Amino acid sequence: MRLAAFAALAACAALAQAQDSAREIQRYRQMIAEGSPAELFEVEGEALWKKPEGPKKVSLERCDLGEGPGVLKGAYAHLPRYFKDADSVMDLETRLLHCMTTLQGRSREEATRRVFGSADRPSEFESLSAYIAAQSRGVRIAPGMSHPKEKASYELGRALYFHRVGAWDFSCASCHGDEGKRIRMQELPVLYKPEAARPVIATWPAYRVSTSQLVTLQWRMNDCYRQMRTPEPTFASETTVALIHFLTATARGETYHGPGNKR
Amino acid sequence: MSRLALLLALVTLPALGDPTPQDVQKVMQRDFHGRGQAGMDRVVQDGVQRLCTESHDRPPAELAKALQADQMKTIAYPQGSLLGDWQRGEAIAQSGRGLTWNDKPGDAAGGSCYNCHELSPQELSHGTLGPSLRGFGRTRGASPEVQHYVYGKIYNAKAYNLCSQMPRLGASGTLTPEQIKDLVALLLDPASPVNR
Ligand code: HEC
Ligand code: HEC
Repeated sequence: MRLAAFAALAACAALAQAQDSAREIQRYRQMIAEGSPAELFEVEGEALWKKPEGPKKVSLERCDLGEGPGVLKGAYAHLPRYFKDADSVMDLETRLLHCMTTLQGRSREEATRRVFGSADRPSEFESLSAYIAAQSRGVRIAPGMSHPKEKASYELGRALYFHRVGAWDFSCASCHGDEGKRIRMQELPVLYKPEAARPVIATWPAYRVSTSQLVTLQWRMNDCYRQMRTPEPTFASETTVALIHFLTATARGETYHGPGNKR
Repeated sequence: MSRLALLLALVTLPALGDPTPQDVQKVMQRDFHGRGQAGMDRVVQDGVQRLCTESHDRPPAELAKALQADQMKTIAYPQGSLLGDWQRGEAIAQSGRGLTWNDKPGDAAGGSCYNCHELSPQELSHGTLGPSLRGFGRTRGASPEVQHYVYGKIYNAKAYNLCSQMPRLGASGTLTPEQIKDLVALLLDPASPVNR
């Protein structure tokens, strides 16, 4: 089923990019034969999770994603959530960065040098996200909603969603505010409504066929703000976490079944 | 306190506990950084953005009227004809470039019109955030009044509809007066594919 859906997506993308289609089709065929491309990132992510890194030469295997040190099963489906050791609400990527700086002793500058990758060279955050998210398949989405900081983060996310700003006066709701709207041919989910948020959040992070990349929610927030003509939101900032928290809370109750595939 | 200020004060009363637009702006000033041509001045809301945020895009009528009148004053009409070249207009309507942090400053921007509107029937890949503009000149005509309206609408959509989702493409410095004239021609020239 996953494969069939992916094959349909890949076929569309191959059609859309007629230029070097023959080579591309060959590449997709090969990837389909090997499984969903997201699975390749999951394999890479597992290796990175276990690889000693940083001045302390330790792996991330003792990283606590909220379910206890090293526990991956269901961890992604329960993020973002409040972490006492950092006294803040964190999504997956923010927590990974936290573990890179604390457990591995890496500097924030070094660890965030390449938070979004390219088709040739994925970012470690992308592969790690694919691997960790996959361990939540079949688990109900239930981000933290009880700690006062979790409530504040959710409220901030909702306020950000409707906040009109930037050179073109957009809010998220300018494009994701009304049913049945499109930008060019791309359908725009109304993400403050559970019906629309559920299938979207249940499949991120995702393999993006049009750019051959594994993309994360931090990337998605970044690229939507780029289209909004604002300056750049800082990776793992309270703003990006709050938006992801708001969207994930809106999708709560859905069973996680990613990493998925996108256009 | 003027009537306007009073009204403004009334709509700015936040729901208890919810972050106000002022709070959100402070968070954004801390969490964003300038990149390329997209500087931090862009996270500071102007009056239109502030009121539309506060009222969830449904501003009180009287206040909307007053602020629309202010927006109207930003529109600078060029001398002479407002009808440019529809062929250049088509290319400008197609392009979604401009003002993002990875657009090179100084490079020509586009209007992103097809992102949101149907225009020429030949272009099937069009968005639906805005109404279809197909046959616009055929139904509205191309009188000086219509030219004046279309030029103004593209220059500053908020002068006509305060919380419109359409960007202020002239007032924001995205499009030049020449480019806007070309777009007026795309919408109104009888020879334009929009009207054929
Ligand atoms: C100017 C239009 C525009 C604005 C404003 C905008 N987006 Fe988007 N958004 C898009 C488009 C177009 C896509 C689909 C892109 C694609 O298919 O590659 C998208 C996709 C998304 C997705 C993924 C949907 C999916 O199907 O997986 C999320 C999540 C999202 N946006 C969130 C946001 C948030 C949060 C904001 C505000 C910070 C925002 N967007 C602002 C245009 C916009
Ligand atoms: C992000 C979305 C968006 C973009 C980009 C956009 N528009 Fe619009 N436009 C709208 C919406 C929504 C409306 C309807 C609400 C209103 O009138 O403000 C509209 C209304 C209009 C109208 C008024 C229609 C009428 O019946 O009077 C014209 C004319 C127009 N747009 C032209 C353009 C042109 C030309 C461009 C490109 C230079 C453009 N728009 C770009 C969203 C957009």
